[in-house]
Amino acid sequence: MARGRAALSKNGPVQERRSVLRADGTIAAGAKSRMEEELLLDALRWMMKSRLYDQRVIALQRQGQFGVFSPGMGQEASIIGSAMAVDPARDWMVPQYRELMATVHHGLPLEVITAQYLGKIAPGRIPDGVRVLPTQVSIAAQLPQATGLAWGLRLRGQDSVVITYIGDGGSSEGDFHEALNLAGVVKAPIVFFLQNNQWAISTSRRVQSATKSFALRAAGYGFEGVEVDGNDVMAVYDAACDAVERARSGGGPSLIEAVTYRMSFHNTTDNPSRYQDPKEFEEARTRDPIERVQKYLATFGLWDPKREAAWIEEIREENERALEHAMGAAAPQPEDVFANVYQEPPPRVLRQRAELVDGGGG
Amino acid sequence: MTQRNVVEAINNALAEEMESDPRVMVLGLDVGKLGGVFRTTSGLVQRFGVDRVVDTPLAEASIIGASLGLALAGMVPVAEIQFLGFTAQGFHQLGPQLGKYRQRSRGRYHCQVTIRAPFGGGIRSPEFHSDAIEAQFVQSPGIKIVMPSNPYDAKGLLMEAIRDPDPVLYCEPDRLYRAGRSEVPDGAYTVPFGKAAVVRQGKDVTLVAWSAAVELCLRAAEQLADEGVSATVLDLRTLVPLDVETLCGEVVKTGRCVIVHEAPLSAGFGAEISATLMEEVFYDLDAPVARVGAFDVPFPAASLEDHYLPSLKRVLAAVRRTMQS
Repeated sequence: MARGRAALSKNGPVQERRSVLRADGTIAAGAKSRMEEELLLDALRWMMKSRLYDQRVIALQRQGQFGVFSPGMGQEASIIGSAMAVDPARDWMVPQYRELMATVHHGLPLEVITAQYLGKIAPGRIPDGVRVLPTQVSIAAQLPQATGLAWGLRLRGQDSVVITYIGDGGSSEGDFHEALNLAGVVKAPIVFFLQNNQWAISTSRRVQSATKSFALRAAGYGFEGVEVDGNDVMAVYDAACDAVERARSGGGPSLIEAVTYRMSFHNTTDNPSRYQDPKEFEEARTRDPIERVQKYLATFGLWDPKREAAWIEEIREENERALEHAMGAAAPQPEDVFANVYQEPPPRVLRQRAELVDGGGG
Repeated sequence: MTQRNVVEAINNALAEEMESDPRVMVLGLDVGKLGGVFRTTSGLVQRFGVDRVVDTPLAEASIIGASLGLALAGMVPVAEIQFLGFTAQGFHQLGPQLGKYRQRSRGRYHCQVTIRAPFGGGIRSPEFHSDAIEAQFVQSPGIKIVMPSNPYDAKGLLMEAIRDPDPVLYCEPDRLYRAGRSEVPDGAYTVPFGKAAVVRQGKDVTLVAWSAAVELCLRAAEQLADEGVSATVLDLRTLVPLDVETLCGEVVKTGRCVIVHEAPLSAGFGAEISATLMEEVFYDLDAPVARVGAFDVPFPAASLEDHYLPSLKRVLAAVRRTMQS
């Protein structure tokens, strides 16, 4: 089906799920996407880049060379399909933390976001002109901020749209409700992109909410909600483009629920074997977002093992350059503890800074 | 010069800043046609329109969080939280988010946001309306905390807050909103942060206060004068930044200090002042530093608030004890 619509059934409200490219690499009957071959190849490259980066960083973390990291494995179609629908030259991206490659697609250099993970200060600063806000670990706190940003951009007369990310777990936070409610009231040009990856660390989606679909919640805020196969980059892109166009033309906010699966751990400290049914995980693997694109493209002769090997090598080199750049960037100095807190620090803070610096680092 | 009370001074500051800077906007509960529950925003929506004076949904976290986002978009939001006690429902957007945003973004972003909130007892308001929780925000570095006590400062400190590139929590003494009018200049002026004001100069004891407690200390000083005790009254004006220099200077001059605040005693900001005095001027003290605060119990029913809040009697008793040391 091309359109996701809410409807009432005798079991309560249900939501249709948009789908174009099915798990077996075939196109759903009657479905058409805005994403044609050239864009799809671009999407595939970004999705592969995301997964290869995750795999490399996890390996580095296991060797003690990287900090706590939350991979986006399994969610690449959601991450990239949504990012491709916004314009880095005028739109803003307000991430949570599991969509690193979306922010890179939006113009944040990979070496900069990597440097942030490595605790670098100046090298981790989002460059001027890049319309991305910092990752947000305080779950859902980014949502009211994103609403305010979208609202303010409209008040400033700009034709910008904001896309912000949240998960199934984050949707339980009060900030989720407050942000969507306010966005509906002020008709903020914003897209709330909810990646339902079925897990909030070890808490399953079933525990998170009794709703059959998170997308249904949009109706309660007076705007459109769409549920989409989050492992289908074509359907994600279509849904996100519709939402961005709606926002840009004054139609207000949208909520997109991308139904996907976290094909990894919450972060590098997590151990899903304590709570996850391996059968469920194996079943999720059959719905891989990357493999289905490769299968589909292969039917046109646009994908083969040789091309795959060449791309992997090329992307690995690209990622490696960013990692090396970030690792080689200047380490923070003790006085950076005091950097970027106030434009004009209070005298007491200046005195504490002097104490740290002159006292030899405490 | 015009005679204004605190409500009128705040209203005047908002109107003048909105007039001179089209980025300045006001948002919060009932700030539009009603003009706020204390009428501090009266007339602003008629003058500046509904895009710049916004009645928001009843949700503190989104009022504060959206203000952060509005600032990133280039607006200068002045958000009103109806009562300081209600910031509990938006605290995570204030302390952890607003206060840390410049640092978290490694200096790429800053939040020119003012959060206004009335607080304090003495007006028989319902539960949760009176809580003096200013010290909670001192533990959230990155936020400046401003506590005006009179109409002149109310305007000048608010203008300074709105223009400050960093977030400011501006706490309004609801008990003093209409306590009296005094001269408040027309036109723009600012009162700098981190400059305490000596509102009465004495030589025997220094009373340190902020917000509505300044008025209580002035009444105490009047009565003490009749007893032959000459008291300095120091109005800190801002808790962050703290004017350590004036604080210590005025305490050294008298050798005695009594701190008065409306917050519960334990870990109230008076503890910080007392500790600062111990560190800086211990050998110049003639008596132990004394504190008078509210009791360490939750704010009681309004019918009991006069017994809970620091009273003239308790301030006088503390000063007399201090004078006997």
